Amino acid sequence: MSEIRLQIDGKEVAAKEGMTILQAAETVGISIPTLCNYEKLEPYGACRICTVEAESRGRTNLVAACLYPVEPDLVVRTRSEKIDKIRKTLLQLMMAHAPDSPQLQELATEYGANADRFEKEGAFCILCGLCVRYCAEVKKKNALAFVDRGTKREISFIPEIASKECWNCKECFPLCPTSYAQAAYFLTEALAFPRTSASEE
Amino acid sequence: MPRITSPVELEKVRQEIVASKERNKPCVSICVGAGCLASGANEVMAAFKSEIEKQGLKTEVNTKGTGCPGFCERGPIVVVYPEEICYLQVKAEDVPEIVSQTLKGKKVVERLVYVDPATGEKATKESDIPFYKNQIRSIIGENIKIDPKNIEDYLAVGGYSALAKALSGMTPEQVVEEVKTSKIRGRGGAGFPTGMKWEFARKAPGDTKYVVVNADEGDPGAFMDRAVLEGNPHSVLEGLTIGAYAIGAHEGYIYVRQEYPLAIENVTLAIKQSEEYGFLGKNILGSGFDFTVKVARGAGAFVCGEETSLLASLEGRAGEPKARPPFPATKGLWGKPTNINNVETWANVPLIISKGAAAFSAVGTEGSKGTKIFSLVGKVKNTGLVEVPMGITLRDIVFKVGGGIPGEKKFKAVQTGGPSGGCIPEEHMDMKVDFDELPRAGAIMGSGGMIVMDEDTCMVDVARYFVDFLSDESCGKCVPCREGIRQMNKILSDITKGKGKEGDIEILEELSEATTNASLCALGKTAANPVLSTIRYFRDEYEAHIKGKKCPAYSCKELVAYYIDPKKCQACMTCAKQCPADAIVGGKNQIHVIDQAKCTKCGTCFEVCPTKFRAVTKISGEPVPAPIPEEARTIVRERKQK
Amino acid sequence: MEITRIDLIIDKHEAKASSLVQVLLEIQRENHWLPKEALERVAERLQVPLSRIQHIVTFYKAFSLVPKGRHEIHVCMGTACHVRGAQRILDRVEDITGIKAGETDQDLKFSLETVNCLGCCAMGPVMVVDGAYYGKLAPAKSEEVLKNYE
Repeated sequence: MSEIRLQIDGKEVAAKEGMTILQAAETVGISIPTLCNYEKLEPYGACRICTVEAESRGRTNLVAACLYPVEPDLVVRTRSEKIDKIRKTLLQLMMAHAPDSPQLQELATEYGANADRFEKEGAFCILCGLCVRYCAEVKKKNALAFVDRGTKREISFIPEIASKECWNCKECFPLCPTSYAQAAYFLTEALAFPRTSASEE
Repeated sequence: MPRITSPVELEKVRQEIVASKERNKPCVSICVGAGCLASGANEVMAAFKSEIEKQGLKTEVNTKGTGCPGFCERGPIVVVYPEEICYLQVKAEDVPEIVSQTLKGKKVVERLVYVDPATGEKATKESDIPFYKNQIRSIIGENIKIDPKNIEDYLAVGGYSALAKALSGMTPEQVVEEVKTSKIRGRGGAGFPTGMKWEFARKAPGDTKYVVVNADEGDPGAFMDRAVLEGNPHSVLEGLTIGAYAIGAHEGYIYVRQEYPLAIENVTLAIKQSEEYGFLGKNILGSGFDFTVKVARGAGAFVCGEETSLLASLEGRAGEPKARPPFPATKGLWGKPTNINNVETWANVPLIISKGAAAFSAVGTEGSKGTKIFSLVGKVKNTGLVEVPMGITLRDIVFKVGGGIPGEKKFKAVQTGGPSGGCIPEEHMDMKVDFDELPRAGAIMGSGGMIVMDEDTCMVDVARYFVDFLSDESCGKCVPCREGIRQMNKILSDITKGKGKEGDIEILEELSEATTNASLCALGKTAANPVLSTIRYFRDEYEAHIKGKKCPAYSCKELVAYYIDPKKCQACMTCAKQCPADAIVGGKNQIHVIDQAKCTKCGTCFEVCPTKFRAVTKISGEPVPAPIPEEARTIVRERKQK
Repeated sequence: MEITRIDLIIDKHEAKASSLVQVLLEIQRENHWLPKEALERVAERLQVPLSRIQHIVTFYKAFSLVPKGRHEIHVCMGTACHVRGAQRILDRVEDITGIKAGETDQDLKFSLETVNCLGCCAMGPVMVVDGAYYGKLAPAKSEEVLKNYE
């Protein structure tokens, strides 16, 4: 695999073809915040907190570091006034859902985000998709699905599958930054799991 | 019909078609595009068929159902050939007269021809009608001549000669070069140079490549692609086949939104006929080039107009956009190089090949070549589809071609680019329509939707409308788009309901920065445009809503009250009888009063109050005057002198 | 819906996973809604996880997971219709039918949906009932139109 040379925050980086900016940054000890990224899963690009500036051929674009492939002579900046402002807004938007999430709180402190900037929303899921993707890609059980779209998008346990698989697994629970996955599981169990004749006794 | 196997044979077949007696008979062309169908074109067509038979003209006159010529405001539209007499707003009852007067008597039925509302001048021939005269109708002008269900109509006007020229006289690289030289830019909204896009796909490594037609025309208010696909499907197929040859693709897809059943029907039939005649399939026109096309339906998702979402849908998945790079030209459908273009872009390709790039680029501006079809709709007199050269001013489109604002209302803005676009006010109306000019004013060309707005349109509500639209249509995957739009929708909705707060405009701008810069795809990245452009040009309306709890356009329901002016009311009972909430108190000779507690603000009273009285008024930002005391409500009428 | 009808549609598309959306669209068109058994059959024969089908049938608005009424009303809320007062038409229709957009009434008489642009902008505001187009509507006129449907 050929080597690709790029610059991240002033440091020269020798990356391998096929790496993302996020992976290349890791090799030189530069950490970029992430929420929906997990090494066992394909990068997803939903939270956008890893947004960085990438300059090539005179043009600067804002891109998701977890997805953008490294290019020769790319100049990357992982922090700037613009980036920090965007990350702050994104955190404030997510904290309207999950102000108590430890990961969000930690990032909020760093970026000066105010958890009360926006009115609180009912559902505390931030749709990072770690649960759905983990069950699909790693466990290959597909017990969770995304449903609907736009502002109505949600995650949903599929009762027929979840009732068989989840109790003995629960590996997605610790991945969830807001504890919504657990809450959704128990709610689904109470309301929608298929009832067997045994449980009706 | 045996397959045509060479360009020479094609010309022979074409000449036979043109020379045939059938073709030279007088013909009545009736537009049966979806718009005219909705106005009763089917009944008109049936009336012509039966009346022609009744009057013994069946063997002498043809009838033809055609595609949309664009003058939708005056549909159903009928054109009688060879004289080209154009009749407008034809009803089934008018048909016997047309048949006996025009088809038999060769006389014009004066009351059905175009009359210029300003000068009173009549225009009998289609080509004399000012609405058409001020356009350059390279693409849409063909529609009225063609029955989309009959491939021979397309051949009669020169169809598939461009394909024959490309396959027999040009290499794929030469075709790409010609399209590049024409400088045509994509007609779907992004305006990317088409030739360059084709070249990326051509150069991408791999033997399996695809070409796709994006017919998921989702911008509300835009129906250009519908008219082209319904009315002249072969022009799109021909362009697609030429493109496939240029890029090296052997399979093509046409992705049509399911809300266009007639377009799906017509393009599916066109593919079948094209295969029969040999323009699709193996060894097309003896060139050795193979190409097949399939039709796929959309399933009701605006986001599938975004190219990577569309490809996901074709792959049987939810329409979630993908990060780019890699671009579809290198890694598209099933990971293969794919070239996807808009319907109108493909329809321009045969023109470029047959007339040449130089002729094509002679029209337009330096950065934007050729013509563009716009759907001119909203508060405009001549609602319909207009095809104009790039570089024409917005003023000319709205006022010269469009005829201006109906009802003597004042023009306020024209919105282009759908939910990704912006509103352009009076001060910029002399701007030239051009891919690069429009963004300078805060709008975009978009796919061609052009919504005209007048003094009764609330610009804050326009922003709210588009953001609300996107809150449903966004795929919802990424935070800046989904959550940014969620909060913007809330704020805009509150403002239109009188619950706006100081600082709301600043929050909208802050949210706009996040959605514009951090979103995954163009839907999110452009979501803020309607908000930002209305703030830029109509900030005073925002401030009136927020500070004064007033809607200057008297449109936002919660901020408007209806009030009957006691000095003007003549107690005619019209409004009282029609009020669906029984909220109007009054009787004969009793001045009517609206009970504000019962009023649902439906606006019916405002609409039905006779124009000679104009007693119902709208109030906003001020308290409603208390109802006059009952004793004062009796109208004393002066006795007429005998 | 009978399994045989579902299988016919699946076979027409060669049971390919990439034809998932097209298969579901055909079942929707024939049956006017997607019963659970149909989704399970499709999942089985196309070899796709139920989670993907769940996403697709809720993501795309062409699909209905509940039976529809005898008459389908579509009110166009495209920009041109909006500017000509489509919201007032929708409000009135919601009043008359007693249901909101996206719902079906108790008697399974009417199903009401909004649609974003039918491409008949010159006739706006537009409402379509069972495929019949009604244009240049005013709230009162929409009431008259609906009275004719049993």
